[in-house]
Amino acid sequence: MIAARPLRWVGRLRPSGKVGLALVLLWALVALLGPLFAPYSIGAFIDQSVFSRPSAQMPLGSDYLGRDVLSRLLSGARYTVGLGAGATIIACTIGTSLALTSAVGRRVFDEAMSRFMDAFTSIPSKILALVMVAAFGSSLGLLLLVTALTYVPGNYRIARSLAVNLNQMDFVQVARARGEPIAYIAVREILPNMIHPLLADLGLRFVFIVLLLSALSFLGLGVQPPNADLGSLVRENMSGIAEGAPAVLVPALAIASLTIGVNLLIDALKRKAGA
Amino acid sequence: MTPSADPGRRASHARLLRMIVARIGVAVMTLFLVSLIIFVITNLLPGDAAQELLGQTATPAQIAALRHEMGLDRPAPVRFGLWLAGLAGGDAGMSMVTNMPVSAVIAERLPNSLLLAAIAALVSVPFALSAGILSAVNRGGRIDSALNLATLSMVAVPEFLVATIAVLIFSVELRWLPSISMLPPDATLLDRLQSLAMPVASLSFVVVAQMARMTRAAIIDQLDRPYVEMARLKGLSARRIVIGHVLPNALGPIVNAMALSLSYLLGGAIIVETIFNYPGLASLMVNAVTSRDMPLLQACAMIFCGIYLMMMLAADLIAIIANPRLRTA
Repeated sequence: MIAARPLRWVGRLRPSGKVGLALVLLWALVALLGPLFAPYSIGAFIDQSVFSRPSAQMPLGSDYLGRDVLSRLLSGARYTVGLGAGATIIACTIGTSLALTSAVGRRVFDEAMSRFMDAFTSIPSKILALVMVAAFGSSLGLLLLVTALTYVPGNYRIARSLAVNLNQMDFVQVARARGEPIAYIAVREILPNMIHPLLADLGLRFVFIVLLLSALSFLGLGVQPPNADLGSLVRENMSGIAEGAPAVLVPALAIASLTIGVNLLIDALKRKAGA
Repeated sequence: MTPSADPGRRASHARLLRMIVARIGVAVMTLFLVSLIIFVITNLLPGDAAQELLGQTATPAQIAALRHEMGLDRPAPVRFGLWLAGLAGGDAGMSMVTNMPVSAVIAERLPNSLLLAAIAALVSVPFALSAGILSAVNRGGRIDSALNLATLSMVAVPEFLVATIAVLIFSVELRWLPSISMLPPDATLLDRLQSLAMPVASLSFVVVAQMARMTRAAIIDQLDRPYVEMARLKGLSARRIVIGHVLPNALGPIVNAMALSLSYLLGGAIIVETIFNYPGLASLMVNAVTSRDMPLLQACAMIFCGIYLMMMLAADLIAIIANPRLRTA
């Protein structure tokens, strides 16, 4: 329905929502196609001087080794957006499945799971992620898992409270009385009715996960060389800060524009739904 | 009749006390579960400290001897019990990298982190409160929309961007402030304040935004209640409604919001302390991760979680005490 009249849907967004949507689309495109447009290979040493200013050859200048910042940014965005999106989907799939099981399943499961998740949420997310990175290491696959697991409890909490409320509704009671299996009730009766707030939560988790991932990479505990996400780009060029090099600022601004964009879009969509 | 002799009041005091004790019980229980989670995660993988300390060249006999000496050959539940008992008694074991007691290493760093967090909290709370109240009172208006956009963007900004921009402006361009926080022991008060300025500003940036949003929500929730309409119908001014009626009722939720966002200082400190080379607990923890110094890491994580839980506990207790209905319900 939304796809059938895309322009009207976009047209009804408030201006900040349109800006958000544009930023999200931009970064999605960069993540998908970015490396195709990279002027140089990411490892190539282009410039003799390091932290050079933007020029016609290098629109964003050179980094601490004289490599092209634009090319590295285009490929770094792929890691940030890709890992972020992957971890978000894993986190929300696990969190929401457990939440649905809690809501329609046995009371004992709900009690135990909710206690356990409460304990997990009492560990600040960055602390939890640091402990997991120290224990498991930080290869790309493990990073995906660590950032996803960190945000499972938050999603569980939201999804469970939505599902528990829906579980009291008449149409769910009717389905129960019809003798529908529990899985049917969870997936066909409850899930479709909570999909909008869940999608908003999905967007928020994505923002949290991208910020966490960037923070880990910035600390040198995230994506490891030779791979580099946007956070690693900031880290490796920190010595250029005294010169105000674009190599430090641009990747950091890139992360902020991605997360702010998602936030603005969610906010606008929520208000449209609420109005 | 003296108040304490009033049976109704005594009963409600007893009920209040029971609620507080129950809430403290939940906090202790959660802290225990948290310690279990941290212990399990840090002991999940095979390969242990003895192996790591001795390196590849060690013979199996040497490793076994060291494992025995470090108590690593005991079953996991026993090690968990010993570790927890040690923590409770203030003995968190030896830091593997510095070869000093973990408690000594932490004692050196913890006051610095608390100082940073306390100043950041002092700076953020007034800003956040006024921004939150201002947008709640002007709900739907221009100020509200502008503040909403600003805080919505601020919560999504990575701390290192704020810190980098601060360094760029204040130490590179204006040369007002030092870009790292290394202080000689004989530093003057002014030196100390100067070196704290940028870490505090970077930390407060995101926290203020979060706190303002939650304060706004808490106040708006109150503004929709019937008693506010009653006050309006009585002809009270908007200022009196907010200050005399809404704020006292919203105190619990606001304090809760403050505690939740202040706990964010803990996570934010990790980045900010690292960027500014601030000798606090968070940068110590990052070092512990890099060097895989597990006893130190476990202790740091437990301290952060303990502080977090204490803040949540304090917020809930204040909410219980501030809300007459919770007291007598």
